[in-house]
This record gives sequence, C-alpha cells and structure tokens, in this order.
Amino acid sequence: MRQLPALCHFLPYTCSQVTNPSIDPLREPMELKTYLGRKPDKLEFDENGRLVTKLTPQLVLNVPIMFSAMSFGSISLNACESLARAATQLGIYYNTGEGGLHSSLYRYGKNTIAQVASGRFGVHADYLNAAAALEIKIGQGAKPGIGGHLPGEKVRAEVSATRMIPEGSDAISPAPHHDIYSIEDLRQLIYALKEATNYAKPVIVKIAAVHNVAAIASGIARAGADIIAIDGFRGGTGAAPLRIRDNVGIPIEMAIAAVDTRLKEEGIRHQVSVVAAGSMRNSADIIKAIALGADAVYIATSALIAIGCHMCQKCNTGKCNWGIATQDPQLVKRLNPNIGARRLVNLITAWEHEIKEMLGGMGINSIESLRGNREMLRGVGLTQKEMDILGIKAAGE
Amino acid sequence: MKRVYALEEYCVGCRLCEINCTVAHSESKDIIWAFKVEEPRPLPGILVEEVKPISFGLQCRHCDDAECIKSCITGAMHRDERGAVVCNADKCVGCWTCIMACPYGTIKRNEDKGNVVSKCDLCPDLPQPACVSNCPNEALIYVDRG
Repeated sequence: MRQLPALCHFLPYTCSQVTNPSIDPLREPMELKTYLGRKPDKLEFDENGRLVTKLTPQLVLNVPIMFSAMSFGSISLNACESLARAATQLGIYYNTGEGGLHSSLYRYGKNTIAQVASGRFGVHADYLNAAAALEIKIGQGAKPGIGGHLPGEKVRAEVSATRMIPEGSDAISPAPHHDIYSIEDLRQLIYALKEATNYAKPVIVKIAAVHNVAAIASGIARAGADIIAIDGFRGGTGAAPLRIRDNVGIPIEMAIAAVDTRLKEEGIRHQVSVVAAGSMRNSADIIKAIALGADAVYIATSALIAIGCHMCQKCNTGKCNWGIATQDPQLVKRLNPNIGARRLVNLITAWEHEIKEMLGGMGINSIESLRGNREMLRGVGLTQKEMDILGIKAAGE
Repeated sequence: MKRVYALEEYCVGCRLCEINCTVAHSESKDIIWAFKVEEPRPLPGILVEEVKPISFGLQCRHCDDAECIKSCITGAMHRDERGAVVCNADKCVGCWTCIMACPYGTIKRNEDKGNVVSKCDLCPDLPQPACVSNCPNEALIYVDRG
C-alpha cells in the first residue's frame, strides 16, 4: 500500500477559461481566513441588528494549514519551539502531541493545540488552560490502533518533567483510551475537558482514517466535538511498526469525502469542522482535500522537512542528525529555532501564495467557496465506485 | 559598540568560524588558496572552546577597560575609531605582555609573521565579521548589547 500512487494524482482540479474569468491573486484580494469550530444552527439578531446568538469558541487561521501533533520527546525542544514560533508568526496553530507542554513554550499558548491522548502524559489544568484548543487523540494515521512508543533513552530530565514520568522510563501509551469504549464515553471526556477549560476552547477529536470513518465521525460530531481531525494512511512517522504503517488505514481523500457526505446527509456538517491530515505533501494536495470537504489540513512531515529532516527514517534511534527527533544535547543544538521558524514561515507563506494562485485559476476569491466544492475536481483513471465515494465526476463529464 | 556574542546553546563546534576567519584574513580570500598555498597562513582570531556537549566560539571581547592596552609597553595595542581593540604590527615588539594580561586568553603569538600578536580585529573591511556571516547555525551574532 505504501507503493500505491497517492489518490490525489488522479484528481485534477479545474480552472476558468472563456466563460468564467480567472482571478489574478497578485492584483486582487484573496481570502484564506478559516474559522474552525462548531457553527450555530441559525443566527438571531435583536431589533438593533445586534447578534443575540451566543457563538461557540472558534480557532481562527490565516491559512487553512496547521502543524500536526508531534510530541516533545519524540522531537526536540528546539523543533517544538520552531513550530511554536512559526505558528505564532503565521497566525496558525501547532499541536503539542502527547508529550505535554514544556515550561518554556507556555508563552506560545495562544497558538497551541494541547493534545490529550491515551497515555495522558503531561496533562494537567495549566496545560489545558494554556492552549487555544484541546485535542483528544483516538488514533493517528501512521499507526492506527496502537499508541505511542517513546523509548526510555529519549526520556531525559526535561522530557521527564514535562511528561510527568520517571527519567529513563519508556513512555508507552495504551492503544485505546481505557476510559473510552463508546461514543458516550467519548462524550464524557469531551465535556470533562470543556468543563475544565470553562467552555472557552474548542475540542478536537482526532481519528485515523479507517473503513467506517464516516459513521465514527458522525458519532464524534454528536458527542459534542467541535472539530474532527482525520489522519490518512500515508501519515508519516519514523517510529511506527513497518507493517502497521504500510498496511492499515484508507486514503485521506476517500475518508474526507465519505465523512463530508455523511455529515451533510445527516444535516450536522455545520456542527463540526473537518481537518484532513496525513500525506499533505504540497499545496495542491491541500486544495484537493479542501475541495473534497475538509475545512483545513494538518501537516507534519512536510514541516519537518522544511526545518531540515532528510527522511532517513531513523527517528526511533533517537540519533537524529538534524537535531529534530532526538534528545541528545549535542544533536539538539544542531537545530536553531530561529532558523527553523524562519524556514517554516517560508514554507507556509509559499504554500499560501500557491493556494491563492490555484484559487485564482479556478475563478474563486475565497477558500470558503472551494470548501466541499467537488465540482472543481474530476477523476482520471478511477473506477465509477471510487468516484461515487469521492463525489466527483469523471474527467470530460 | 557592536560585539560578537556566541550562543552556546546553538554552537555545534564545527569550527567553520575559525576557518572563515583565516580565509578572511588571507591575501587571496580564497579558502583553498589560503589553506593550501599561502605561507604563512593567517591565524584565526576566534577559537572554539569545546567540552561536549558545550561549545562556543571565543574571540577578543574588545573590553571597555582593556587590560591588553594598559599592559602594552609600546602602545601597539590600541583602540581604533570603531572601538575595536587592535594591534599595530609596526609598533609591536613581541613582548607578549598582552597575552599574559588578557583575562580571556584570546590573544595568540604569531611567530610566522614578525613575532607579533594575532587577535580578532572585527573584520574592518567587511560589513560584519566573517565568523558571524559564515556560522551555519547562527550561533554567533554581531550585536550591540551596550
């Protein structure tokens, strides 16, 4: 499955020609601002035209891209800080992963998504309240069905203090949350987190893209989540068991399309935002994910490549030569967060320009108009069944 | 005045600052020529101190109250118009009192070149010192910290 070509290669997007004008983003304004979170069923105004409806908390993104969950422990503090600084500069969000939030990173809290995963490492009231949003991780695309594995060699003093575990001990997160065995259980955790943070922060539930993802997403939306993150099967990691990484899960394009269709059919699409993750390699992948129904995307591997990852796939050894997936002080120094943050800002800014160019080519001046607009995509070399699931027509139709 | 400061948390001890200092003070300004052909090869004004995992590039601090200037018997060691502490090789007699006086140990004997001392001169001909421009991890910065 690892060798399969990415599905988005078969999904060319359209662009404007004679009958509808394309837009030049260098000359005309383009809107990429994205609000993630539960939207109200309807808006009510008083006689003076003021909004009466109480709005739910939203995440505001300048670009519909966020940095996906990578824990302090799996990656170095300098790598975390690069992501945090870049997210702050760009007006987007980065995710702490399961490793808690290092004390030096609390100042980036407004651009932080705090993850609560099955191991509950580093979770306490300050951690939850420091962040802009909370994420419950049920599964991740690289290794659906198994928890995290942080080898004891990487658990040094700082990681140990942040995760609240003994120094040198393996941090093995359980595969399931031992308090979640149903949608009702999930609802309890969602509301426990909301209660802990005074209902001021949206709650994300992250699941891996699996066969019944649409039904699960529907359940998650009804359980009270504000945002659903779906992690596709090409999600990257250097530390997942090979057979799991290469053989579990479904392509993110199929999962997003199925979830978007299901939520629309049930009339609850507005209650929840959908974030696509896993295998977002370039801005065209992002455009296609958004056209298939995602509100925003998570990127992780591409972000790490921007800060120097060479994909040697040896993250599990803790000897990352680039100072990213290591805790060895001599190696961590190799990544200067000033340089890392600058490179990440370059990456996202370049993608922002590319997304605007692509939107302009389609004759659209706002990312909102592309969201779930599957008319913009066509399928080449796909079966009718696949195109039905994706909700797109064949090229030429 | 602007000085070179080492950020020990990002210095990986690659010693490219030493190499680029030598190149910047060579006749040819060419890395291959400076190391393979030029004789005598200029001494670097910066030295990387290293006890892993800690390392940092150390060069003349251009002290406000410089012991080397005070101790110099000929007046060769002086402060130039930029505020940098530099040695006038024409006046230097090679008594090496400055070397003993320097609290940082950043002045070196240069026995190849007329028995004078060699030290950081903050690269007067460049926009910023060569060590700062060429540090691959931005572990050296050239700023005014007062």
